Amino acid sequence: MIFDPTRSVLPEGTIREGALPAGATREGTAREAANGERATRERALRRRQRFEHGLLGLAAALLFAFMAAPLVGLFTTASWPDFLAGLAHPLVWPALRLSLVTTAASLACVVLLGTPLAWLLARSERGWLRLVETVLQLPIVIPPAVAGIAMLLAFGRRSLLAALYPAGWSITFTTTAVVLAQIFVSAPFFVQAASSAFRRIDPHLILVARSFGASPLRVLWRVALPLAAPGLWAGALLSWARALGEFGATLMFAGNLEGRTQTLPLAIYTALEADLRAAQSLSIVLVLLALVLLVGVRTLLAAFDRVGASR
Amino acid sequence: MTAPRLRARLEGRVGPLPLHIELECGAGPLVVVGPNGAGKTSLLLLLLGALQPERGRIELGERVLFDSASGVDVPLEARELGYVPQHYALFPQLSVRENIEFALTSSGLAGPRAAVQERARAALADLQLEALAGRRAAALSGGEKQRVALARALSVRPRALLLDEPLAAFDIAARRLTRAFLASYLGRLAIPTIIVTHDAADAHALGQQIVVLEAGRSVQSGSWAELAAQPASDFVREFLRV
Repeated sequence: MIFDPTRSVLPEGTIREGALPAGATREGTAREAANGERATRERALRRRQRFEHGLLGLAAALLFAFMAAPLVGLFTTASWPDFLAGLAHPLVWPALRLSLVTTAASLACVVLLGTPLAWLLARSERGWLRLVETVLQLPIVIPPAVAGIAMLLAFGRRSLLAALYPAGWSITFTTTAVVLAQIFVSAPFFVQAASSAFRRIDPHLILVARSFGASPLRVLWRVALPLAAPGLWAGALLSWARALGEFGATLMFAGNLEGRTQTLPLAIYTALEADLRAAQSLSIVLVLLALVLLVGVRTLLAAFDRVGASR
Repeated sequence: MTAPRLRARLEGRVGPLPLHIELECGAGPLVVVGPNGAGKTSLLLLLLGALQPERGRIELGERVLFDSASGVDVPLEARELGYVPQHYALFPQLSVRENIEFALTSSGLAGPRAAVQERARAALADLQLEALAGRRAAALSGGEKQRVALARALSVRPRALLLDEPLAAFDIAARRLTRAFLASYLGRLAIPTIIVTHDAADAHALGQQIVVLEAGRSVQSGSWAELAAQPASDFVREFLRV
């Protein structure tokens, strides 16, 4: 709570003033003078508080307005017929289909392989696993273009792995490359959310389950997964949102081939040159989708906090 | 049938705490008392197998659970010890019956589904918990949780029982009732039972034998009367208020 000096001072002063007899003594005048001085100080204090609150509010409002402006622009400059006409553009449906297929595949990989990894990270205190955790979080902060170059060097035509590919074949410019790029940039979000959900499980529950003789997989499946489920779902939604928006690494590693590697963000980029309306309509679709995902994540995490993961 | 004895000698350190504990427990409760940070909970985790001492030996009857000299370290899952932690650690997403069935299925002892259900029913009946069978564990009162945790731990027929502060979660009135119930119930169990507490009244009511732990060392053991006759330290004297 914020300390409010005007409140603690005011009642005492006002009561005394009112209780003072009409013919005031010398003591009484001295008290009155003190009360008057106090009232002046209070007024100054309130002015100052109003000014400072206003200053803070102004800074906050400025940033919020800036953040909201692009969204307002996106939604207000298109009429309903424009929106529908934009969606009818030939780039739209192949890109939407490809985005849904590739993100479903990348999300499945992320959840299936990321859950054991997150469990391992949450269960062990070993120092080198903290290093693993840091490396895993790196894709969150590195620029997408760097991720694209790194993917090319790791899996592209000139990589060490290329020796294993069939002659004349390369993974670059395939739909698989799109999925790999999405996994690379989105997995950290899931692994981080999942391992923090696992860490919040009361360790006694795990110990007790083990004391009955439960095997490691049984402990994970029957105890840890149900308790961490809301956190895992939230992580999966975040990870999916990131994969849906993936642009830079895909462009560099998988290219921009219609129907094969052109996902929604790439279609927006391409449409921008020919038909702004199509780009705008696709953008609106992506923003609405992102909004739904965000609300989902927040709801799940709030539910998780209420349950407290039984800690 | 004579119950196996639980014997332990534990040395080394747990975190910053140097460790030097010896204890022996036959059928019936042994109470471990000591100030906060004396290593009471660590002692239970060491016996359970969640922590390993640097040196020492743990035997349960003829079976060696841990021996640093010969490199024996039976994994936690195979020690057949019942563990009831301070807040009971019931699986909150499961019902009371499912909590017990989970224990039975995990142990692999109960066999087919029908046998599991039958043994779960028996375990519930033993602690008069039939009426709660369908309730979610998260929705139980403290006393109910404790009885469910006991029923669950005992359902897999452990060879010894470890209880951490079983009465810490209760207010004074409920505590007296629960203490009386625990004293009579645990007194009838014919397996070694180690109970950690920081409360003198609990120790007096529950423990035929008492071990005093101070700063990781077992400084004295004996009955309440023996401890009162010759308290080995200021803590013991204050704890017993003699």
